[in-house]
Amino acid sequence: MTLFNSGMMGYYLTGALLISIFLFFNRNKQVNYLLTVLFIALQWVFTVYEYHHINITELVYFTPDALAILFLIVLSIVCVPAMYHSHIYCNTKQENPRNRGIYFAATVVLLAALSAAYLSNHIAITWIFVELTTLSASALIYHRRNIRSLEGTWKYIFVCSISITLVFIGILFLSVAVQQSGGTDLFYKVLFEHAAGMNVFWLKLAFLFIFTGFTSKAALVPMYTAGIDAKDKAPSPSGALFSSVLMNVGFIGIFRFYEIISPTAIFHWANNIILISGFLSVFVATVYMLRVKNLKRMFAYSSLEHMGLIMLGLAAGGIGRYAAILHLVLHSFAKPVLFFQMGQVYRIYKSKSIYDVGNYFKYNPGGAMVLLLAFFVVTAMPPSGMFVSEFYIFRSLFEADKFGLLIAVLLLLTLIIWSFAKNIFKMLFIKPVNFNEEQVPKLNPYENISQYILLALVIYLGLNPPAAFVNLINDVISNLPK
Amino acid sequence: MTNILLITFTISLIYLGVANRLSSYVSALAFQGIILFGVAFIELIEINWVNLVFVLLETIVFKTFVIPYFLNYIIQKNNITREAEPFLPDFVSVVLITVIILGSFMLSNTINDPHLRKIFFVVALSALFTGLYIIVTRRKIITHVMGFLVIENGVFVLSIAVGNEMPMLVNIGILLDIFASVFLLGIFVNKIGDVMKEQDVEQLSNLKD
Repeated sequence: MTLFNSGMMGYYLTGALLISIFLFFNRNKQVNYLLTVLFIALQWVFTVYEYHHINITELVYFTPDALAILFLIVLSIVCVPAMYHSHIYCNTKQENPRNRGIYFAATVVLLAALSAAYLSNHIAITWIFVELTTLSASALIYHRRNIRSLEGTWKYIFVCSISITLVFIGILFLSVAVQQSGGTDLFYKVLFEHAAGMNVFWLKLAFLFIFTGFTSKAALVPMYTAGIDAKDKAPSPSGALFSSVLMNVGFIGIFRFYEIISPTAIFHWANNIILISGFLSVFVATVYMLRVKNLKRMFAYSSLEHMGLIMLGLAAGGIGRYAAILHLVLHSFAKPVLFFQMGQVYRIYKSKSIYDVGNYFKYNPGGAMVLLLAFFVVTAMPPSGMFVSEFYIFRSLFEADKFGLLIAVLLLLTLIIWSFAKNIFKMLFIKPVNFNEEQVPKLNPYENISQYILLALVIYLGLNPPAAFVNLINDVISNLPK
Repeated sequence: MTNILLITFTISLIYLGVANRLSSYVSALAFQGIILFGVAFIELIEINWVNLVFVLLETIVFKTFVIPYFLNYIIQKNNITREAEPFLPDFVSVVLITVIILGSFMLSNTINDPHLRKIFFVVALSALFTGLYIIVTRRKIITHVMGFLVIENGVFVLSIAVGNEMPMLVNIGILLDIFASVFLLGIFVNKIGDVMKEQDVEQLSNLKD
């Protein structure tokens, strides 16, 4: 198959690859701007095209189904402010052209690999692109090139390599099950149709390995550790991508396999595993949120908590599944705001530690307003859209007769909101000690506009979701049993 | 013949438990590469020859020569001392690895599955858990990489077991193998060696809460 009849998917992958190569070798700042704008345009054209060609397979291995489209739109929206803030980041750091080139090339590869992984309809292809995200993400984590970021990178690569190996072992077990039921394909659709006839033992093993493997990307217990370091050590625009679109790819890996086993006898068992993992994620997040002193790590732990809630909703069933997908989308818009803002905070205080920051309203009122609003949105207080989705998740736990779990989670969430508020309000209102006011740079207030837009989007989508959006989510969960 | 090779492979896992010097680890890994070459040759002779050549090249060239050479190069370049420095005494290591192998036996005996050749399953699981054990109990960062390579070898054994029907999976496994090991070792050569003097895991404990 040549390039010219390879369809939109082929053009997109080739285009992204070319752009990233040019970015890598280019040393000129203006050309760099031009290329990133070009990539964003390509990303949007691709997204709109796939939205209008839903469920049409391209290049054999890529099918834009509802879940893929949903996440693709999220990615295209988040990548615009991410690129914008990346440019600000590189300009204020007076980055040398080589590092800037590597940074943007890696970002483009990461975004393209994520898009391809969303669209993939074959479990091995998903796996390959997820592995590619590890490569590009580690280039971003190592961007600052100091000993701490080296440690973060090493841990990230090591843990991700082991998890990706676990996923591969899971796929091998799955292929044993597939061969016994007479199939030879590992397409999700074929797997879904044949799942009922597969050997339960192999499916259980496959589920355990694949689930554990993808938790490193999705930021869930047990493999969440590397992700936390990565979000902390990467530049804040990359941290924003890691805690939104990169987590979605882990979720998609888990969800597609969850869909496959939904008609089988182990569905109930798998739900219990997911419930345990989800609850432990919320628990671990609470424990660390209470003592964390680094604001960026606090946001990363908050992602862990939200992912835990999403898993609880998914496993509880009923309205919880709808809420889980909705929550995931809203979280992907809300959490980048905090990371983008963290970049501005860092420029003022030169520190991420809670001990060094304070009185932010005085130095950057626009940004402080963002932080205050984002705090309400992320902790799911009305009118945040996440209030709606969290409320539905709790309702689904209630309807599934899991009262003990519900009460425990609510208690943990109270602690999380308390410690989150304690740190944010300290940063906003309390005077910092030993802080030299004279060197505070004047920040451009227009930098905050993108963050206000994202926050407004979260509120709008939660309170008044457009019909097309609701239909997409309902389409995503339509394969799961009632 | 496959059985003999696989049993030898398992014995090399026990050897890894008692090996004291890093060079013994490297030669054990090279030895495992040769064994995997034999297993792949016997088992996959029926698949088409392009795939077969690819698999054989991976085992004999990559696992047996390139990686051990690379490891030796790293050890020399960074002046890593030759002891493996385990946290636990060798005797405990041997006992635990034996327990791992026994446990894999017990687990595979609970499976009633005529399709499955249990020896592959046993050997793969043993290698997987031995690799994890080596990662957890050794002090040097380079031994973590070696533990990871042992895990990769286990995965390779498992992928051969299903490889006759699905050669694509074997190829993807090799992709993982080359990709991850080159990546890990490459970072080691270029970055960690330059920055850290003592290549100890204690150096990697700054990121915490």
